[in-house]
Amino acid sequence: MSMQLKKLPFGAEEIIKFAEKRKEPKWFTDTRLKGLGLAEELPLPKPEKTRIADWNFTNFSYQIGSSVVSQLNELPESIQNLMKNGEEAANVLIHVNSSAVYSQLSKELTDQGVIYTDLATAVREHSDLLANYYFKTTSIGKHQLTAMNAALVNGGTFLYIPKNVVIEQPIQAVYYQDAPSSGLVAHTVVVAEQSSSVTFVESYLSDSSVGEGAANLVNEVIVGENAQVKYGAVDEFTDQIVTYVSRQAEVAKDGRIQWALGQMNDGNTLSENATNLEGDGAAADIKAVSIGSGTQKQNFDNYVRHVGKATQSQLLVRAAQKDASNSIFNARTKIEHGASGADGEQTQRVLMLSDDARGDANPILLIDEYDVIAGHAASVGRVDPDQLYYLMSRGIKQELAEKLIVEGFLAPIVDLLPIEGVRRQLTTLIERKVG
Amino acid sequence: MTVPELKINDLRVSVEGKSIVKGFDLNMKGGEIHALMGPNGTGKSTVASALMGHPKYEVTSGQAHLDGQNLFDMAVDERARAGMFLAMQYPSEVSGVSNADFLRTAINGRRGEGNEIPLMKFIKTMDKKMQLLEMDQSFAERYVNEGFSGGEKKRNEILQLMMLEPKFAILDEIDSGLDIDALKWVAKGVNSMRSENFGCLIITHYQRLLNYIKPDFVHIMMNGQIVKTGGPELALQLEKEGYDGMKTELGITDDEKTVEA
Ligand SMILES: Nc1ncnc2c1ncn2[C@@H]1O[C@H](COP(=O)(O)OP(=O)(O)OP(=O)(O)O)[C@@H](O)[C@H]1O
Ligand SMILES: [Mg+2]
Repeated sequence: MSMQLKKLPFGAEEIIKFAEKRKEPKWFTDTRLKGLGLAEELPLPKPEKTRIADWNFTNFSYQIGSSVVSQLNELPESIQNLMKNGEEAANVLIHVNSSAVYSQLSKELTDQGVIYTDLATAVREHSDLLANYYFKTTSIGKHQLTAMNAALVNGGTFLYIPKNVVIEQPIQAVYYQDAPSSGLVAHTVVVAEQSSSVTFVESYLSDSSVGEGAANLVNEVIVGENAQVKYGAVDEFTDQIVTYVSRQAEVAKDGRIQWALGQMNDGNTLSENATNLEGDGAAADIKAVSIGSGTQKQNFDNYVRHVGKATQSQLLVRAAQKDASNSIFNARTKIEHGASGADGEQTQRVLMLSDDARGDANPILLIDEYDVIAGHAASVGRVDPDQLYYLMSRGIKQELAEKLIVEGFLAPIVDLLPIEGVRRQLTTLIERKVG
Repeated sequence: MTVPELKINDLRVSVEGKSIVKGFDLNMKGGEIHALMGPNGTGKSTVASALMGHPKYEVTSGQAHLDGQNLFDMAVDERARAGMFLAMQYPSEVSGVSNADFLRTAINGRRGEGNEIPLMKFIKTMDKKMQLLEMDQSFAERYVNEGFSGGEKKRNEILQLMMLEPKFAILDEIDSGLDIDALKWVAKGVNSMRSENFGCLIITHYQRLLNYIKPDFVHIMMNGQIVKTGGPELALQLEKEGYDGMKTELGITDDEKTVEA
């Protein structure tokens, strides 16, 4: 059965012009055109149990931009709120309507060879280096949305940590959209070379002035031998923005990645998170939290693939579903033949807060090796009436008691976010979404 | 300020369609300590839960008034704000919510918007009460009852009691699971509350607690009713004779229960 493909609202000629304006090297423009070709042929992904055929992934303007500012206080207030602590502003890259408008990297890090810049600059100034990693952890031709990311990319971030460089201060990226009908097509590449260590946090925000818009995000993380990456994210796009977000990591021998994801979009969202534990002794820790509200539909696929021996993964998903929201949570742990001594654990818990909401947690273990440990737990439940009674018996009103329970339920993940400002941001967001 | 009053009349309670409490009467005033004793499964906790408003317990008839206000017209949180407190036999755990946040929310819920307790005052008060109960400071930041030992949960109930300063408290087997020292600390906590403005109903199986918190009245409950009321000597008598002795004295047979059920 073949699906009727809609004609895409963009073509080769305008993409070439767009690339020329950005002074991109040939390989990058070729990648765009390859992406375009594939986007025209390939179908949308087919997430389990979520119908996305009528989501607007394609109609938006990607040729947008903003001019550079010299001071933080020239930026929209919601961005400034994230920068209150000073700690956050030390190493930061801020993008407004897809283009970088403000950047700051400490001299100490520059001196150590750290590269932290927006993708457009990286394409021009670090072309060869970037080319080694661009679309390496995921393929352009995975489906129509990855292909579109290659074709239309208009934003993104490149972070490169050389061998043995250990960074204590967090590095932060903020994306903010406010142009009407705009689309953020961002591609982020984080490379942590051997025995390096870094904490990276990205936040995605938008203003309601965007109206109907789209976000197509492909984020790749390359964790070198014995390197450590803490990757935090807070997604909070407004309700009319359709999001496709793919966060992929490849981890070499004895490397370690920690994902801490706050998936708080108000609009329809398709999320793919995948970690490939290639090297022996590689480890992944994935923590994701989300709240469904309104009539939004979301699909979260969290995937860990164990290839190396004695690889370890721990996946913890917690979500609350309000109103008439509908979310599917897939957790897939795959242990390949040869990955002896692997240990993969996953837990997904969904708390239902309304009769009209829907939430499904699907645990999937695929194991091709004998000598492994693997476990899964998945539950979909309601607020415990005894807990509610207990809190109310101390004089706390029902709505507030429910709020405390939900916030408490999500707290174990929020507490793990690596930056104080981001934790605060997520806590405020949870309070707003639950309240 | 007038002395608070709790009046319970002919209370009847069913759980899942089964009648458990069958005509329970009790009047309490501020300043009084009452003890409620009785065999397992006789309905003591059911009385407590019904008064607090647990959704599983259906009040089929009878009244309960706190200072003239009908408790059964109020939601659980309203009863608490009106001055009721129940230290539960099996307190719930609430993951992710710190004890301090929980207590502050509860206190502020009672005080109302615009009249919140100043943070420093709250911390100082909580510190002091925790010291009195010999609770480690870390319990302020730990999640409500999560991973608490049996005895720690009980002390945490008394901490809440002391922080919330209700008019009436029901302590349901607050002594079970407490070691001898902890029993004294808990008793000290309860005794520190004693005043004209505070009345307390202590549900217990053991005379020992009553050595530390002297009751004014002791009530014996059997088959869903209070069958005998007396002074502290009643608890001593019970300790000696057991419930069988009491039953013989009162002419109660166990059959009565099965017949009624
Ligand atoms: N939630 C419930 N569901 C089913 N049965 C219940 C429930 N609560 C109480 N019961 C039943 O009601 C009866 C009285 O229970 P209750 O807990 O009030 O006794 P109690 O006097 O407090 O006993 P104990 O001294 O053992 O604590 C028991 O038979 C008990 O099994
Ligand atoms: Mg009981």
